[in-house]
Amino acid sequence: MYAKRIIPCLDIRDGKTVKGINFKGITSVGDPVEMARRYSEQMADELVFLDISATLEGRKTFASLVERISREINIPFTVGGGVSSVEDADILLQAGADKISINSAAVKNPQLICELKEKFGSQFIVVAIDAKKVNGEYIVTTHGGSRFTERKLYEWAVEAEKLGAGEILFTSMDCDGTKQGYDCQAYTELARLVNIPIIASGGAGSIDDIVELLSHEPGADAALAASIFHYGSVTIPELKKVLKDKNIPVRI
Amino acid sequence: MVGIIDYKTGNLKSVENALYRAGVEYTVTADSMILRSCSHIILPGVGDAGWAMKRIAETGIAETIPTLTQPVMGICLGMQIMCSYSEEGETPCLGIFPNRIGRIPEKGAGPERIKVPHIGWNSVRCSDRELFDGIRQDEYFYFVHSYCADVNEYAAGVTFYGTEFGSLLRRDNFIGCQFHPEKSGTAGERLLENFLKMK
Repeated sequence: MYAKRIIPCLDIRDGKTVKGINFKGITSVGDPVEMARRYSEQMADELVFLDISATLEGRKTFASLVERISREINIPFTVGGGVSSVEDADILLQAGADKISINSAAVKNPQLICELKEKFGSQFIVVAIDAKKVNGEYIVTTHGGSRFTERKLYEWAVEAEKLGAGEILFTSMDCDGTKQGYDCQAYTELARLVNIPIIASGGAGSIDDIVELLSHEPGADAALAASIFHYGSVTIPELKKVLKDKNIPVRI
Repeated sequence: MVGIIDYKTGNLKSVENALYRAGVEYTVTADSMILRSCSHIILPGVGDAGWAMKRIAETGIAETIPTLTQPVMGICLGMQIMCSYSEEGETPCLGIFPNRIGRIPEKGAGPERIKVPHIGWNSVRCSDRELFDGIRQDEYFYFVHSYCADVNEYAAGVTFYGTEFGSLLRRDNFIGCQFHPEKSGTAGERLLENFLKMK
């Protein structure tokens, strides 16, 4: 039985896991390798590490962190944050990442998705989209949500799939950090439009929010969350037990 | 010593790291002499079947692999090129397993579209007790692929994804995993241990 995935996301700055609210106000929450090990023991299905370092030094720290993670962790993980060229991706894949996620750079230069596909294959490419509602319509943003673009969410997702994306990771900036639940309708709409897996991000505040998200069919294939796991308000074993009781297929 | 077959397909790191975690010594090589002296051999693989077969031919080990007598495990594309033929690039492969590799059909048994690539965790029903020793029936493993093997007598394990496919193949000392044991948590580690225990 094909399982829905639970994916803790770790934002990394200068080698440490941090957490911000609405992409602002950042605090440190722990050592990434320790956290990754704990999550994989708790049956997390996958991990995402996003580098939000602002400096070149921080970027170098991240590549060596990726190497440590791949040495010590026995589940797949995606890395991203500032990947803007085939060379950037190559460094992270060589360091042992299973997939790379691209965001702003793909919006600026969609051909990058094609180039990455040619070199590494679709299954290595997660196209991350941060979008915010303007007059009821999701508009794609870049640079951590600080800049609006001309692109609309659904059109961009369809184009990204055509160019070679293997998965779409959509963060609703309206929901992110609010703990008020995911925008389930948006994921159902995305699932109707593209035929690649969809990872939902932004808004998880409780077990119920994730159950609600993964109950929609078609809908998201995976639920990504950060703070509810980092601060322990939801643990993965209790979450998975509830999902299983609700007949949502999960690896347990 | 475990031999990882090096045919320049790129990312061998996850397999190396899994062996490192298992505390096993390994060597990465394309040298037939060295491979023959290894206790166990792993044929990894990522990418395209046509391209991989070309690399295998260039490194001069295409003839060696089917004649190996120690336990050999092909992983993902490594498993696929151990089969007779792959639809991907219409590629004749090594022919160790008589299975054919075809693209995962996007229309399954139900009305819903099947997403390709198949990415994520899926369960494996396995009839091979040696490989699944200590692993429960229908355990989950991690998959990333767009092509899959048909089900025949060599399919020791099957998985359902719109259609049933051979996710674990076995013929004597040769084993093929469509999933990634090196990325499949403790169940994957156990499967690798079971393989490494084989004589």
